[in-house]
Amino acid sequence: MTIELNNLTLIYDKHPAVHHLSAAIEGGDLLAIVGPNGAGKSTLLNALAGLRTVEQGKITGLNPDDVAYLPQQTQIDRSFPLTVTELVATGLWQRIGFHQSIGNKHQTQCEQAIAAVGLKGFEQRMINTLSGGQMQRVLFARVLLQDRPIVLLDEPFNAIDAQTIADLTRVIQCWHKDQRTVVMVSHDLEYVRQHCPKTLLLAREPIGFGSTQDVLTTDNIKRAQGMVEAFDESAPWCRKEAA
Amino acid sequence: MMELIEPFTEYAFMQRALVGSLAVCLGAVPVGVFMTLRRMSLTGDAMAHAILPGAAIAYLITGISLIGMTIGGLAAGLLVVALSGWVSRSTHLKEDTSLAAFYLISLALGVLILSIKHSNLDLFHVLFGNILALDNAALLLLASICSISLFLFALLYRPLVIECVDPLFLRRSGIASALAHYGFLGLMVLNLVAGFHAVGTLMAIGLMILPAAAARFWVTKLDHTLITAVVFSFTGCYVGLLTSYYFDLPAGPSIVLALGTLYIVSLIFGGEGGYIKRVTSKRHLEA
Repeated sequence: MTIELNNLTLIYDKHPAVHHLSAAIEGGDLLAIVGPNGAGKSTLLNALAGLRTVEQGKITGLNPDDVAYLPQQTQIDRSFPLTVTELVATGLWQRIGFHQSIGNKHQTQCEQAIAAVGLKGFEQRMINTLSGGQMQRVLFARVLLQDRPIVLLDEPFNAIDAQTIADLTRVIQCWHKDQRTVVMVSHDLEYVRQHCPKTLLLAREPIGFGSTQDVLTTDNIKRAQGMVEAFDESAPWCRKEAA
Repeated sequence: MMELIEPFTEYAFMQRALVGSLAVCLGAVPVGVFMTLRRMSLTGDAMAHAILPGAAIAYLITGISLIGMTIGGLAAGLLVVALSGWVSRSTHLKEDTSLAAFYLISLALGVLILSIKHSNLDLFHVLFGNILALDNAALLLLASICSISLFLFALLYRPLVIECVDPLFLRRSGIASALAHYGFLGLMVLNLVAGFHAVGTLMAIGLMILPAAAARFWVTKLDHTLITAVVFSFTGCYVGLLTSYYFDLPAGPSIVLALGTLYIVSLIFGGEGGYIKRVTSKRHLEA
């Protein structure tokens, strides 16, 4: 299923954070969203996750129930007294809801997910005793358990060591092989060149979209870096046609 | 030894007090555990003040009526929850500010209404409860609130846990996030109203928070914390009632002080981050 972004504009206080973006994300794509700070990458991901309203334009072909979304870690209360297994099991929520019991099948899936991210033996550890890298492994295990056709990752490898990145990249590659659509925000151009076939280069305006090789050219990157981070308070109203 | 049981075998009012306070604890303490985990201890305190005018208006209309004051308290509490939730979701004010605004309006209104009827004794009753004078109707009410509360708590347990750890995760599942948030505040109001019949509006929150805070110095897992806190609260009620009986002290404050003592003991001697443990255990393993 193709996700169509049709002349999409996302706004903060009248200023565009993402400006007239059109792109088609095909089913099974492994797409990187790249761009400087303030370029609208996380805002776009939030919109795809259904967490913010779309002010102008349209996103079609995206059912919010099909999405597993991994935001940046700062959103999570690490002091809450849960074990690794318990946190991973919250990934079952969409399937079991308020009252369905966690059966043997679910327990096995849970164990498999924890093993797949290399955390065997950590099942009963409290989450407040984990390192940043281990916590990211736990959150990947939860995404595994959610088992959705579309996976959104917001800077998943921020402040994570090389070994963890290598292990979790294998998980991402498995998703890609399973024909899941994976969209990840990243600042690491080298990583994107190596692992993501497609890239969207964003600087509020879309600078380039397509195969990573074509998009991440020196020219394009320079153009993206030229984006002025501060909003222009005296900017005139945008007259471009809405979709 | 007999002194420890005798008051409860000899006097019906002590039996009722014990059963009533245990019912309040069973319903309220699990909610209290989540309040401490969500850093909402003081929100609870604000809410306890917010239910005062509801009880006061009901008191003006119906006199000291159990049902009337319960409904009044619930209505005022839920109104404040709804209004402050609505303001924080639809304006730029954060929830703590909007809650503080509404609870202060509510509290001022409550004190004003109570002063119209000029009877200090009645005011005392609302502020400090009357656990030693529970009749059958009151006991039934406390038991019902306890049952409803436990049922709702079980129903909301999963979304509540997720909402605490990772609110964004739940917000994507639509209605569940709002249900967990408002449902929890509703549970808080329900149990505060039950608590105010027992130990009064101002101390009801102590019944919820103190056992929860104490339990966290002994155990780490969530399920263990819930059970330990309930056991602590039972102990506090029992000891508090006994103290109040033998030393002729008011029951509400005695119970809360017993719980407070338990908290301070835990703070010092607790095996999970208690003071002594932290000072003395500097030994470490090789790997």
